[in-house]
Amino acid sequence: MANSFSMPPALEWLRATRVWKSIFRRGPALTNRSRSLAVFGNLFLHLLPVKVREKSLRVRVSYYLGSISFLLFVVLGVTGVLLMFYYHPAVPQAYRDMKDLRFVVSNGVFLRNLHRLAAQLMVLAVFWHMFHVFYRGGYRPPHEFNWVVGVVLLLVTLFLSYTGYLLPWDQLAFWAITVGTNILSAMPLIGRRIRFISLGGNLVGENALLRFYVLHCVVLPLIAILLVAVHFWRVQKDGGLTVPEEDGGKGN
Amino acid sequence: MHEQEGTEGGQARTDAPAKLVTTRREFLNEAAAGALGIAAAGSMIVTYGYLSPNVLFEPPTTFRAGSPDLYPPNSVTFLEDQQVYVVRTENGFYAVAAVCTHLGCVTQWKPELGIIACPCHGSKFKPDGTKIEGPAPRPLPHFAISLTADGLLQVDKLEIVSPGQVLKA
Repeated sequence: MANSFSMPPALEWLRATRVWKSIFRRGPALTNRSRSLAVFGNLFLHLLPVKVREKSLRVRVSYYLGSISFLLFVVLGVTGVLLMFYYHPAVPQAYRDMKDLRFVVSNGVFLRNLHRLAAQLMVLAVFWHMFHVFYRGGYRPPHEFNWVVGVVLLLVTLFLSYTGYLLPWDQLAFWAITVGTNILSAMPLIGRRIRFISLGGNLVGENALLRFYVLHCVVLPLIAILLVAVHFWRVQKDGGLTVPEEDGGKGN
Repeated sequence: MHEQEGTEGGQARTDAPAKLVTTRREFLNEAAAGALGIAAAGSMIVTYGYLSPNVLFEPPTTFRAGSPDLYPPNSVTFLEDQQVYVVRTENGFYAVAAVCTHLGCVTQWKPELGIIACPCHGSKFKPDGTKIEGPAPRPLPHFAISLTADGLLQVDKLEIVSPGQVLKA
């Protein structure tokens, strides 16, 4: 990145103010060194690489699939919290709340569908991201650990998707969870216990709805946020974004 | 650090056996790690116990199915609330689970075909629970059926009996 990059005057003025300096602890980032220090010194930015090779920003290198997955996750977080303001995880109120969101609440149908479609797109994007990394050899050293973190994130994404599927409390949801948790109980020895504890009973009822709600809105998102932070941070620690051999990189 | 120097680093005791003594530091470290491990295992057990409900508001597993006269001979009756078929043949009564042994969907009695069919994945059963086809791994189980003192049918869904057992009409 050339140093001759010029900022709009308004931004330049802003960066010289006392408030900006108190937050970012430095003035205008005019040199590569001060830019790096600004990134290092910021809680959110320090997860990201200080420098990125221009080649790794080409669309064909990553298709931005990781970033797309992350942005979808942010969309899901925001719309999900908004949906929570109207949703009661109780029988039979859950189904009525879902119907209210669709037909009564202002912009409810928009937010609900945004959440639903972003969820489906996120599963697609995460899978595509994984295939892309796999076929580009992005799992090879030194990226092995981050590959495993990514696989766990794929599982978390699927669990988020699955737990969210019960929440509308319609026939589709009920039978999907009945079938899915019966697959769980096919596990040898502990299967029935795992099914009992995940449903909070022997059948898909109000306990199951509440449990899936807590998993969907609290437990799994927290795990996802933690792992996403580790995932980003390891990209930087493992030497930046992967550049495949045919694009002039080392291939790992 | 002081103890370690005494046993390992100190020149004066180079003739002492290398690892026969446990230093106070090692002992305390191991004791602390063990205590943490026990506490971790304990909290897992406590959490598991907490998450297993003791009281459930689910339909009772033993229920009365009314008078035997409600069921005509050679009939299959689906009790929707209990998810059980009460079958009456010439020989008598038996109760068959309506929950598919494949993945737990509720099956349906098809009188025009004389079979019990599952809407989820297409398993088919005879009215006595034997499997005709598909993905279901096992036949539908039979539940214990009896007569109460006041002459009503009673089904116990926790007691699975062999398919041959029939309550004489």
